[in-house]
Amino acid sequence: MGTQVKDVVIKSDAPSALLLDKHADYIAAYGSKKDDYEYTLSEYLRMSGIYWGLTVMDLMGQLTRMNQQEISDFIKSCQHDCGGVSASIGHDPHVLYTLSAVQILSLYDNVNVLDVDKVVEYVRGLQQEDGSFAGDKWGEIDTRFSFCAVATLALLGRLDAINVDKAVEFVLSCMNFDGGFGCRPGSESHAGQIYCCTGFLSIAGQLHQVNADLLGWWLCERQLPSGGLNGRPEKLPDVCYSWWVLASLKIIGRIHWIDKSKLRSFILACQDEETGGFADRPGDMVDPFHTLFGVAGLSLLGEGQIKDVNPVLCMPEDVLERLGLHPDLLS
Amino acid sequence: MFYRDRKEWADLEPVPQDDGPNPVVKIAYSDKFTDVYDYFRALLKNDEKSDRAFTLTAEAIELNAANYTVWHYRRVLLQALEKDLREEMRYITAIIEDQPKNYQVWHHRRMVVEWLNDPSEELEFIAEILSQDAKNYHAWQHRQWVLKEYKLWDSELEYVEQLLEEDVRNNSAWNQRHYVISHTTGYSDPSILNREVQYSLKQIKKAPHNESVWNYLKGILQDRGLSSHPGLLEQILELKETHCSPYLLGFLVDIYEDSLENTSGDQVEVLSKALELCELLAQERDTIRREYWSYVGRSLQTKYCSGDPSTTSSEQHESPILGMKP
Repeated sequence: MGTQVKDVVIKSDAPSALLLDKHADYIAAYGSKKDDYEYTLSEYLRMSGIYWGLTVMDLMGQLTRMNQQEISDFIKSCQHDCGGVSASIGHDPHVLYTLSAVQILSLYDNVNVLDVDKVVEYVRGLQQEDGSFAGDKWGEIDTRFSFCAVATLALLGRLDAINVDKAVEFVLSCMNFDGGFGCRPGSESHAGQIYCCTGFLSIAGQLHQVNADLLGWWLCERQLPSGGLNGRPEKLPDVCYSWWVLASLKIIGRIHWIDKSKLRSFILACQDEETGGFADRPGDMVDPFHTLFGVAGLSLLGEGQIKDVNPVLCMPEDVLERLGLHPDLLS
Repeated sequence: MFYRDRKEWADLEPVPQDDGPNPVVKIAYSDKFTDVYDYFRALLKNDEKSDRAFTLTAEAIELNAANYTVWHYRRVLLQALEKDLREEMRYITAIIEDQPKNYQVWHHRRMVVEWLNDPSEELEFIAEILSQDAKNYHAWQHRQWVLKEYKLWDSELEYVEQLLEEDVRNNSAWNQRHYVISHTTGYSDPSILNREVQYSLKQIKKAPHNESVWNYLKGILQDRGLSSHPGLLEQILELKETHCSPYLLGFLVDIYEDSLENTSGDQVEVLSKALELCELLAQERDTIRREYWSYVGRSLQTKYCSGDPSTTSSEQHESPILGMKP
């Protein structure tokens, strides 16, 4: 019954070997090329961009190639009076960039570059009456921000600062009929949101509230014939879903439901042999975001050359070891 | 003309981009971008609330609509200068048409709608955006908010059906169907539940390989019992002959599992059929998910195999995939 499945076809000459050195060179040089319009345009997310770059370098054992002092100084200049951190200098604070900043400083074991108490106050202040979290003072609500809030506080050892029970109540209210989660109650299930919600529930110690078999099935249904993963039904595969979907499956103890070798082939095919880095799908332009999630996905698949990555926080396991953080995983 | 060359802006000292102390790199910007953002930073620094500032935010947005700080500032100015919000809505509409996947502009729209307390244009506007990309996640979130906040449910089910006519595989539309019914009639009324079941089966006939409709069907029945819905098993078995798919086979497994869970009495036949399907899916029909189907088979076996050595089921279903031994 020749039904058209929305998918990509991997060409026979697509990369099939892991090119870690090229990726490290790509990240190390990112932002220093002459034609930097893309870099300029992404200033509004610079803090997250730095987190992506540093994390992937650390996973590849190449963190020392990055400039710790410069980055720490930059982060310090991005903390505002309210305690929140902005994406870059002169931008407004937001919980997304507050998390990225704390993740970066955790890699360097130097969170005290920030006024930690003020960060905690900022995050606490974003919680709403229904338990949800706004992203900033302008009030957008999204389960992504619930994740950012608890992840930030967990890294700082200050989860007690918020009403965890209420926060859990809100996230659970975003669970849908298919077992997945969306950004707000009723929103369509989406792999990115599912990662945020399962990560949230892990940190909050409430993973037992997930219907793991039902959600696990929805997640493994993301795998297409090409081996790649999409984010919701009838969408094209994208290498970043190798993270969102795979990490979620790992958190709920069902990562073996994915055909690992087919996924691995897809991820490797997303590499650019000339420039280094990963693109969303084979043949497209690379960027640091997809590079991190391609490498992190391979780590979850057991790639020997890459450090173990923690599926909840998307940070190297050895960093979390040092912090004594062991978020729950289902078995 | 660059701002740096305009007489009316000569009073401001432009603020160049600060990429942090000792930037390693020299960044190449376009001239216009540099000029506009240097003056934006100057305005921010002086906390200037003026019409020229308001005009400049539009230019800054045009150059980089994802810069959330510019949107914040624009909102502050909208209020401080008491700008015409209806005109602002027209502006927002134009930006969304051009960049429909930008988070900031959708949130901005919601805020202005709230300030105006007027949703009258929203459903039509969102429909227009969805006509260009029927799965735009931002558009759907905004739509759900409008419907719920202003209780505009009346025509929504009809709208969803129209979208499903156009593309029966639109997962967002199926999600919306669930959203509308949950917020209006609910599914407890048996005639409504059956209406939805029959509607789903009809769509399955049109496009059997459609994950969304099967998720929907399972979703609306799972709390009420798949195996107890009158006539459903028979209808599915009929469909199996002419409109089969891995989803249908998986759904059958779900029905059998529900039957095993909720019916008393001898279920050997049912278990046997369920295990056979799991094997078929693992070996042939959905091999990429063979681990999942093996798991389901093993779980059923463990839970429902009577353990009576005289039963045939455990002997017949010893297989390499399911790895079962009696």
